[in-house]
Amino acid sequence: MAQRKSLNVNGKAVRITVDDPDMPLLYALRDNLQLHGPRFGCGLAQCGACTVHVDGKAVRSCVTPLSSLSAQQKVVTLEGLGTPERLHPVQRAFIEEQAVQCGYCINGMIMESAAFLARTKKPTEAQIKDALANNLCRCGTHARIVKAVMRAAGA
Amino acid sequence: MTMHTSRRDVLKGGGALVVSFSFAGNIGEALAQGAKPLTLTEVDSFLAIDAGGEVTLYSGKVDLGTGVATALPQIVADELDVPLNRIKLIQGDTALTPDQGTTWGSLSIQIGGMQLRNAAATAKAALLQQAAERLGAKREELKVADGVVSAGNKRVSYGELIGGKRFALTLDHAKPAPAKDPKDYKFVGKPLPRVDIPEKVTGRFTYMQDFRVPGMLHGRVIRPAAIGATLESVDEASIKDVAGVVKVVREGNFLAVVAESEWGAIKGAERLKASWSKSQTLPEAAKLWDEVRASKVVKDEVTSNVGNSAEAIAQAGAKTLKATYDFAIHTHGSIGPSCAVAEFKDGKLTSWSASQATHNLRKQLATMFGIPADNVRCIYIEGSGCYGRNGHEDAAADAALLAKAVGRPVRVQWSRADEHGWDPKGPPTLIDLRAAVDGAGAVTAWESEFFIPQQTAGSFNVPLVAATLAGMPAGEDIAPGNIFQNSAIPYKFANVKTVCRRLASTPFRPSWIRTPGRMQNTYANECFIDEVAAAANADPVEFRLKFLDPNDKRGIEVLDRAAALAKWDKRPSPRRDQQGDVAVGRGVAYCKYELMRTYIAAVAEVEVKRSTGDIRVRRFYLAHDCGQIVNPDGLRNQLDGNVIQTLSRTLIEELKYDRSAVTSLDWASYPILRFPQIPELVYDLIDRPNERPWGAGEPSAAVVPAAISNAVFDAIGVRLRSVPFTPDKVLAATKGAA
Repeated sequence: MAQRKSLNVNGKAVRITVDDPDMPLLYALRDNLQLHGPRFGCGLAQCGACTVHVDGKAVRSCVTPLSSLSAQQKVVTLEGLGTPERLHPVQRAFIEEQAVQCGYCINGMIMESAAFLARTKKPTEAQIKDALANNLCRCGTHARIVKAVMRAAGA
Repeated sequence: MTMHTSRRDVLKGGGALVVSFSFAGNIGEALAQGAKPLTLTEVDSFLAIDAGGEVTLYSGKVDLGTGVATALPQIVADELDVPLNRIKLIQGDTALTPDQGTTWGSLSIQIGGMQLRNAAATAKAALLQQAAERLGAKREELKVADGVVSAGNKRVSYGELIGGKRFALTLDHAKPAPAKDPKDYKFVGKPLPRVDIPEKVTGRFTYMQDFRVPGMLHGRVIRPAAIGATLESVDEASIKDVAGVVKVVREGNFLAVVAESEWGAIKGAERLKASWSKSQTLPEAAKLWDEVRASKVVKDEVTSNVGNSAEAIAQAGAKTLKATYDFAIHTHGSIGPSCAVAEFKDGKLTSWSASQATHNLRKQLATMFGIPADNVRCIYIEGSGCYGRNGHEDAAADAALLAKAVGRPVRVQWSRADEHGWDPKGPPTLIDLRAAVDGAGAVTAWESEFFIPQQTAGSFNVPLVAATLAGMPAGEDIAPGNIFQNSAIPYKFANVKTVCRRLASTPFRPSWIRTPGRMQNTYANECFIDEVAAAANADPVEFRLKFLDPNDKRGIEVLDRAAALAKWDKRPSPRRDQQGDVAVGRGVAYCKYELMRTYIAAVAEVEVKRSTGDIRVRRFYLAHDCGQIVNPDGLRNQLDGNVIQTLSRTLIEELKYDRSAVTSLDWASYPILRFPQIPELVYDLIDRPNERPWGAGEPSAAVVPAAISNAVFDAIGVRLRSVPFTPDKVLAATKGAA
């Protein structure tokens, strides 16, 4: 049965219509709201490509049922983190380090790193690698991603 | 920059040609007006300049996340003398771009880029000729800057000279037009930032997986429970409660659910009850190598034969070495599972996919549906990186079949299990090697046999899964790529024979994965030469240099420079001075790609923990000579990818399966390398601006497995001959060596 669901996404209150209240957030963001930042990679919370922030925490949207979210919780996607005109420091650092190959995983790398840097001000390289240990990249961009996160941290 | 254009833009071809973005749109009309040229022998196939001076490039080679969407315009901007931001690039659209061959084999710059350079140089010569006439000046008086030709104070722009009209000039790629002197380059050779990255880091980029068309439905496939199984029954009532399901599509053994929403399609596919016959076509995994060795040989391909190796080995007094190497079955492992959209309208098919071979896919889809290729248009949209022929083409076939079945455009998104379970695999490779060394340490003979699947009749058609399952024309080709390459060796021994034993079959549908064959073959060759060097008690670098062709100066230089970069510790392997649990070692590997292009040498520094068998790569050094470097930062990015991805394949990856199907269906059962395991990467890029550019997207992957195996041998005196080098195998090999 179609039903309405209220969410707060990228600073805006939105209402969507869904058939299944347990549909993962990922599909609401991608299909109902036409966002491209969060990506489908596995649907199993294994790769991190779908990562978004919920109240500032990095969350795997592919396994987050809509029913677990209230309209007050702030969902932020890659689009809401920063724009081409007003880049978030992590996004800027990824451009400066050219830390992208195909870029499919990069949403998760940036969202996970931004949440990590918000709580860890002066991380070591090893801490960054640990923070990203559950985000998978197949192209082999890891070394540049670590450099970008170090740069964003001002290290 | 405006180089990355949306495919929704109206594309301007030569003359007054306007092509809309879908087949169902104006292409018929456009064709009626005289289609945009697509041959490889016309300038207009490759580029157009509009009245405003904007240059459109048409490239059959596509950017798979490798950076060629930046590098190709760099080449043309220099050759035409236009600003980079006045160039836009159309990629892989069968109605608009010439068939420059599949995007594979590290050939996008080497072939695609050089064809574009030739087109640009030819176009520029014609533009200057016209400008000289228009301005009443001599050709040598003309100056060009930013697409404007001047003679004294008289000026004319490219847009004024050609704007919208066709060049109508022919091209001979065997005899290219004189190109610019590399000393005058403004763009080539510079580490310019990639044009796609700002959009990719802000969520503005449209990947294939993001692409939508109006009125589109969502499809999910349900693959057979076992390879070769027959679909016995489907209980459509089992998903009657799933909202939005439009249709269950069943065609032979092809089964899918089409729904209004993506989530509806996912739930429908998960819940649909279907029963399949039992099928056990796969070998017992534990006996894979016995099966490979026992496979029927359809052809022995001799890839090199010098002197008489059999006689030299049989000769008394010669010390003979023998070894067998194997390399596991790998999956492409794209982070984004394959995805495609298709629309059938009036008997014509438009297919949007991330295929690296849209021109070939067009023919395959035409065969599958029994329609003329003229009625199929395949349009490339960049997807998740594919590293070879993964599932993109199969998703395109799935989408086309479903679009036909429901009469509306359909998007098919594979699940993670679809991707791991059903993308074509890198076939298992088994290699036997023998060498004879005389008392003076000279190699008198080298022999090798590579047990690799056949390539049927030169085919690069990997059968489309949907066509096979649905009983539509699919063919039964075996197309693993050019996997014989680098079976022959770069070393000059008196007697050499290398043979590829081409097998009638291989357990999984094969295709090419980054550095196909060259990786497996170089691994065996470069490990075994290390074995021979150790038997001769020689330093591994010195030993290689001794047998390289002395006239092959670039090969010698790349090896010398890798050794210098890594501060190579000259001595025979293994070290015998380490007693503790953790031992360190260094290993070298060398490759001349396909024995005719890009040179690479690598040094790996590893730590091996004897008690656990864990290998940690500390540093990886590469010296790399691909001739003229178009974008050094793009090159470094590609080298990172080659090294890290191949470390993952070498240390960890192995497809698991039972007698019926793949059981590595996610990242837990097919793990790949993670951040904490990434080594420090150190490169020496040898730039040769006056040489032609060669490929760089895969050659350096070839040297990674051997450099690691050789470093482990140096550390602990144990030879690893079975990829992946898992801790279990290290422990077993240690036990065997003791």
